[in-house]
Amino acid sequence: MNDTYDLRIAEAHIEVHKFRGGTIAAATIIALFLQTSVPVYFPKFAVLDLPLLLTIYFGLSRRNPSSGLLLGMVIGLLQDSLSGRTIPLGLYGIAKTIVGYLASSIGARLDTEHPIARFALTIIFFGVHQGLIVVTRRLLLAQPEGWFTMHLAIGAAVNAIVGIPLFMLLDRLRKN
Amino acid sequence: MVAIPSRHKSLFLLAGVVLLQILLLAVQIRRDSQGRLIRVWTVGAVTPFERAGATSVGGIRGAWRHYFALQNTSRENERLRHENDTLKLQLNQLQSKAAEADRLGMLLSFRQSHQAISMVVARVIGTSADTASQTLYLDRGERDGIRRNMGVITPDGVVGKIIESYRDASQVLLLTDKDSGVGAMLAESRIQSPVGGVGEPLLTMKYVANDDVVNIGDRVVTSGMDRIFPRDLPVGTVTQIKAGNPFKLIRLRPAANLERLEEVIVLLSLQLLELKKDTTAAEVTKKAADGAAKTEKP
Repeated sequence: MNDTYDLRIAEAHIEVHKFRGGTIAAATIIALFLQTSVPVYFPKFAVLDLPLLLTIYFGLSRRNPSSGLLLGMVIGLLQDSLSGRTIPLGLYGIAKTIVGYLASSIGARLDTEHPIARFALTIIFFGVHQGLIVVTRRLLLAQPEGWFTMHLAIGAAVNAIVGIPLFMLLDRLRKN
Repeated sequence: MVAIPSRHKSLFLLAGVVLLQILLLAVQIRRDSQGRLIRVWTVGAVTPFERAGATSVGGIRGAWRHYFALQNTSRENERLRHENDTLKLQLNQLQSKAAEADRLGMLLSFRQSHQAISMVVARVIGTSADTASQTLYLDRGERDGIRRNMGVITPDGVVGKIIESYRDASQVLLLTDKDSGVGAMLAESRIQSPVGGVGEPLLTMKYVANDDVVNIGDRVVTSGMDRIFPRDLPVGTVTQIKAGNPFKLIRLRPAANLERLEEVIVLLSLQLLELKKDTTAAEVTKKAADGAAKTEKP
């Protein structure tokens, strides 16, 4: 009981951020558009997972597990539906649902505004996201896939580095 | 009825949402339906933006090249590049015919009818939203006669095959994707073996016995056995060979530059057409050029 009480006291000073109307929808559409368009001209851009970065950011900012997981689900399913027949609907949906839930749960307990905290959390969530995809592929789709490659390690680092300025940019869209 | 504590509501919601998506996965695997309706809606919503983006990028790039950078040189270069692509396609087919002539002799070659395939040129307007799968979106779809399982090539070689066709767009599974494969053979020894992707820039050639002689630099071409691609289209070049059990481990560099694709050719016939003897590679090339001209029309 005391633990619960202390936790609630600790959570009380953590601010829940809201965004201007349409910000989340517009950011999601832009992210998906960039994710599918830019690699045509700059193939290396594909290492970025912008939908994942948005899931993490809005989860950490809104700090509501229910909305975090639902947003993760929507973004993940949209990403699945733009990924072709080799990616069944739900693969990214499941991974991003869980990442959205975890991000908003952690956002409700920790101060996640500092760039170093955001960098570390992005790397962790990238790993969790990849792990969930590998588990889903292995258990549900019978598609053996490696747990770790150097490409993934580079992807985690690049996404975390890009995440810092991206999150700062998105901070400017918050309601005061 | 047992009331759910409010603190645990989100946890129950998470479990419910994940369970629903697992069921969605299960349904797709069982029925092989792949949620076509949702994909049609999403692709329909995104491809106009991608098309506009591709057009804008093309316009800006064109303006820069034609008016700001090197007005005449750029145009000349573009024309020569088109000509070069056409000549490459012609050269590949002539090489193929020459090889056939060497193998089967002049008389047999003379009697053989040539194969020609109707085709359409399409512009690449997008890639997969998934960082692991290797797919592309094209700006042409069912209205242009594109259907699933049609082959996609460039003048350099095989690109992949159509895995989904929408009204005004279609999706290509690149040869480098893990789920991709093409019937192939070594150009010199004619040893047949499928070639597939592993999700990396290099391809793998499977099922070549350790006793068979393969050298670095050997060319690999299509065998025509998959009924998607005609014979003797370039697939790649052997870059690595290791002894394996029971087959060699062979890696190939794709003949087409799959990381820099802006325009591709879709082979419109699933069944190869037998045409008259005098149907030449130039005719096939002309069709591709006509398709290109059609692409450039507004």
